[in-house]
Amino acid sequence: MSNANAQIEQIARQEYKYGFVTDIEADTVPPGLTEDIIRFISAKKEEPEWLLEWRLKSFRHWLTMTEPTWANVHYPPIDFQAIRYYSAPKQKKKLNSLDEVDPELRATFEKLGISLDEQKRLSGVAVDAVFDSVSVATTFRAELASKGIIFCSFSEAVKEHPELVKKYLGSVVPYTDNFYATLNSAVFTDGSFCYIPKGVRCPMELSTYFRINSAGTGQFERTLIIADEGATVSYLEGCTAPMRDENQLHAAVVELVALNGASIKYSTVQNWYPGDKNGKGGIYNFVTKRGKAFDNAKLSWTQVETGSAITWKYPSCILQGDNSVGEFYSVALTNNYQQADTGTKMIHIGKNTKSTIVSKGISAGHGQQTYRGEVKIMKGAENARNYSQCDSLLLGDKCGAHTFPYIEVRNSTATMEHEASTSKIGEDQLFYCQQRGISAEDAVSMIVNGFCREVFRELPMEFAVEAQKLLGVSLEGSVG
Amino acid sequence: MLEIKDLRAGIDGKEILKGLNLSIEAGEVHAIMGPNGSGKSTLASVLAGRPGYEVLGGSVTFEGKDLFEIPTEERAREGIFLAMQYPVEIPGVNNIYFLKAALNAKRKHHGEEELDAMEFLQLAREKMKVVELDEAFMNRAVNEGFSGGEKKRNEIFQMAVLDPKLAILDETDSGLDIDALRIVAEGVNTLRSEKHAVLVITHYQRLLRYLVPDFVHVLAGGRIVKSGGKELAEELEQKGYDWIEQEAVEVAQ
Repeated sequence: MSNANAQIEQIARQEYKYGFVTDIEADTVPPGLTEDIIRFISAKKEEPEWLLEWRLKSFRHWLTMTEPTWANVHYPPIDFQAIRYYSAPKQKKKLNSLDEVDPELRATFEKLGISLDEQKRLSGVAVDAVFDSVSVATTFRAELASKGIIFCSFSEAVKEHPELVKKYLGSVVPYTDNFYATLNSAVFTDGSFCYIPKGVRCPMELSTYFRINSAGTGQFERTLIIADEGATVSYLEGCTAPMRDENQLHAAVVELVALNGASIKYSTVQNWYPGDKNGKGGIYNFVTKRGKAFDNAKLSWTQVETGSAITWKYPSCILQGDNSVGEFYSVALTNNYQQADTGTKMIHIGKNTKSTIVSKGISAGHGQQTYRGEVKIMKGAENARNYSQCDSLLLGDKCGAHTFPYIEVRNSTATMEHEASTSKIGEDQLFYCQQRGISAEDAVSMIVNGFCREVFRELPMEFAVEAQKLLGVSLEGSVG
Repeated sequence: MLEIKDLRAGIDGKEILKGLNLSIEAGEVHAIMGPNGSGKSTLASVLAGRPGYEVLGGSVTFEGKDLFEIPTEERAREGIFLAMQYPVEIPGVNNIYFLKAALNAKRKHHGEEELDAMEFLQLAREKMKVVELDEAFMNRAVNEGFSGGEKKRNEIFQMAVLDPKLAILDETDSGLDIDALRIVAEGVNTLRSEKHAVLVITHYQRLLRYLVPDFVHVLAGGRIVKSGGKELAEELEQKGYDWIEQEAVEVAQ
């Protein structure tokens, strides 16, 4: 093997740094899924009857479905009856402030460098910390409330704003949507809820940190964000998970609703445990994320995916209203034996709708990466425009990159542009950097960072910093 | 400064340099000329440590140290700069950021304090004037979308900022028009001092009109077959390389 490849591989092999397990007494149900378990979850969460019915309806539908197999990922069959569907950190009483949060939980966040205190004091970011399935603390609630913004855990929203939840839950991702989304609809335990009232511009980035903790516990988050007419919000989702030997299933659902003239920006940095360097362990991340944009509304997905053993994820936009805009900016890194099948769907329904797709895939080690994107221009979508760009970067010679763009145009006034490229970090590039005195490690991170630049600049500042760290190589300085 | 003794080197199992001797002292400008395939670029690559090239015999010392014991990036930090024949594009990486990282890696190596953004910018602006590069170049990606001439000027700009002890110019003149040639030569001339040495590798004599060498060597068949002063370059320009090769064959016999 050549020298440059050896260096690249050494850098790619850096071990996952966030592997530790927090010892918190969990309230856990026996493994398996039955109507009783669903009733238990619903009762535990003191849910209204309509929600229990919705869950049961989903469960009964799920029983008729089969797991999708079309994705370009390979893994042993999942035993859905071996999974525990509920696990919540035990809380002695309801928390009124951050100070009452379990000290061990706080310590975990601090190990990750995302101390709530720090977040609160320094960055002005309101953090709704989701630990396993139950929200532990929510900050800045009062300040947001003064603008009429609701930012709380999903369970709280069910209790305090049932009319909003009932109106929008499943309105973008119906309970029949797909195998994993339907499973989520049946068993979701918690997540985040956000409502921005008419004409309000949310004064801060809303942020949630997820952390999968209990061994063998599937995570089923449910997130619902509603931007009312003319409202604007930027939402950040970031994740790290402790090291595990067994695979953990994560099947979240995120629904975004951007009403007329509203704008939602949803940014994700995902760094769940990817498995060890031989491909053992790691998170299965099967997520359904979708937004619906009404007239003149805008949806923007930005994601940096570095974790998980398997990623199956297609944040999508339904551009229903006239002049609505959808964007998808993605960086996905797979190394060792990670597999990712990710991309987006842009469904143009309204007139003059516009979508942009910029996807950057980086494969290292034995990583396999697939971009799968669908752009659909419906009959009534006069003057729709799409621009797609899918670039792949290979590090070393054992990894792979695959691109599956699907384009379906039913209106002849559409304008479609598609660009794709695959490149390799060449020995020439490495040598050029080294000849200028830059170490191979710095050179690789510089080149990778340069490759991702178009996506990183879409991220909010503080997240761009996180994203660089999570790429697994130090990507000092080239953002901003 | 640089002492090459009986150097034999090649690529893919093929010996290209077959016993090359050359000695360069600080303050000198040497030109190596030769026909295609004579081993000019191999010499530049071996000195800079390009992967894939194998050293088969002989020795090279740089400031008394065994060059082949020093990894590529350290050679650069120690003061060897190679202006490349084909500068590589690095998409998305800011030109000025790249160069700052390079300079600071060097400064760190020498135990000097790293320059901050402002200090570096000041230095860069100064050096850009030398090669008549527009400031817009700073914010473009490394060599991306640069014309051939711009790439070469960028190499000389980098050289000016990094201030190497030994600058090796590998066919820097190829593909340059007469104005660019002059700019490049002037850029190199500003580096000339009693502390610096320059090794110019070229096929043609035209760069040497602006960048006048102290010594000219003719490389043929992997060896230096003739050395002389700057007038040797003119002789080559008039007569071509055939007579040299002929002479070399006769000598070998």
